[in-house]
Amino acid sequence: MNLRKYLKVYKKFLHTSLASELEYKTNILVDLITAILSLIGSIFLLSIFFQNNGYIGGWKFEQALIIQGIYTILNGITNTWFNPNLTEIVKHIREGTLDFVLIKPIDSQFFISLKKINPSGFLEIMLGFLLLFFCIRINQINLNLSFMTLSLITISCSICILYSLWFFISTTTIWFVKTWNATEVLRSFLYIGRFPLNSFSFSLRIFFSIFIPIAFITTIPSEVFLGLSQFWKILLEVIVASVFLITSRKFWLFALKFYTSASS
Amino acid sequence: MISNLINSKIFTLLKVQYSNMLEYRVEIALWAISGIIPFFMLNIWTNNNLNESINISDVMLSRYFLCAFFVRQFSVVWVVFSFEEDSLLGKVSPYLIQPLNPFFRYFAQHLAEQITRFPFALIIAFFFFIFNPESIWIPNLSLLLLSIVSTFLSFLIQFLIQSIVACLCFWTEKASSIERLLFIPTLFLSGLLAPVVSFPAYVKSWIYLTPFPYLIDFPANLLSGNETNISGGLSMQILWIFILFPLFKKIWSEGTKKYTAMGS
Repeated sequence: MNLRKYLKVYKKFLHTSLASELEYKTNILVDLITAILSLIGSIFLLSIFFQNNGYIGGWKFEQALIIQGIYTILNGITNTWFNPNLTEIVKHIREGTLDFVLIKPIDSQFFISLKKINPSGFLEIMLGFLLLFFCIRINQINLNLSFMTLSLITISCSICILYSLWFFISTTTIWFVKTWNATEVLRSFLYIGRFPLNSFSFSLRIFFSIFIPIAFITTIPSEVFLGLSQFWKILLEVIVASVFLITSRKFWLFALKFYTSASS
Repeated sequence: MISNLINSKIFTLLKVQYSNMLEYRVEIALWAISGIIPFFMLNIWTNNNLNESINISDVMLSRYFLCAFFVRQFSVVWVVFSFEEDSLLGKVSPYLIQPLNPFFRYFAQHLAEQITRFPFALIIAFFFFIFNPESIWIPNLSLLLLSIVSTFLSFLIQFLIQSIVACLCFWTEKASSIERLLFIPTLFLSGLLAPVVSFPAYVKSWIYLTPFPYLIDFPANLLSGNETNISGGLSMQILWIFILFPLFKKIWSEGTKKYTAMGS
């Protein structure tokens, strides 16, 4: 019953935000070109790294492309859902319109995390999948059921971690008001998710596995693709993802206690 | 007399914008932190010994990336985003009545932000030297001055390009997506992620005709003491400014005729 209500609400969200985004059709075209150029750019950068070396951090070029593909999919998801919604939180808090969200008979986290959608991100997701299929072919990965389930599990865990990171930072707005550029800091850190974790020095590797678990986001799913991943790593990712999801939820509820509205 | 008047105008604008910027110190500190991608790239280069193939020593490469970080810090431009917001909210109308091109206001805003940013950039550089003590060096005075000049010229080129894009706001409401498109080649070709010398020959053959390598690669090479063609680089920078400035004036005069005072 409850789930059905949320599905119905989500359908409305989709409808309204798609309608408003499709107002700017040329914009979507420009965004498509941007996504394509961005992918070409990162592959170009990767090819510079590999032009005189066969391996980087133990990864071949064809294998590193898998990371690139997963990164592109996750970046597309970020651009479609996380970025437009979570930057909106800042606006809600600064202008005091969060009041209207809180009095609605619906979960506030659901509302602010899924209200908007940016359709141009879909194209990026599709590009990422195309690259992944290409990688599956050139790496001669055979698709079987266990591979499919494991990659699905790890990628959805990555999405959960990514979402929680974005949501954490956006939640801090309740105290600091103007932190929309804190998400920009997160963005620049996420950038290293384009490269295999092993290509970084030991200290950075530790930093990006413990403090900001970017390591989990792209490297573990790619290892699953190559059949290199140990079982404990996948289990660890599942645990990390659930811990992140639960704490970000708790943190939001905690932060709401400090919300003091503005200009209303 | 007239030059006196302009000077005092610019001085007042700068003073106003500087005190404005000081209000948001944390925000600017966060922007400064979000620019540390060059250091991650440096980590990949040195950790995989990729620099051996392009004949740059570890120390020189780390200086290069530190300088790239600095040049980027002092040539960040966001005029499109400010202008788009102002034009959508109708704030441009009062500016247009004033006997001062509104872009001077944005220009002063950028300069004031750079002054505010300077201490944060120094702190980040300080930490960089703690981790890489062997890369400490003192650039000789004339090179330092030249690189400051060329960083400023690089800022001017980017400011002009973005101002031209910003003027497109007069025709379409969302010019910032065009800016995001232009940012992709800037990111990958300017030398922020990899020095231009490391690019494959088929790119190097034409890249020096575009403005991109003069945005970061040239000033950073100059400051870090890497080999570069000083007079050629500076004259290309000046040439691009001479190409872009009349273009901006043209599009500005065309655009203001189109202006429809949205939101007011």
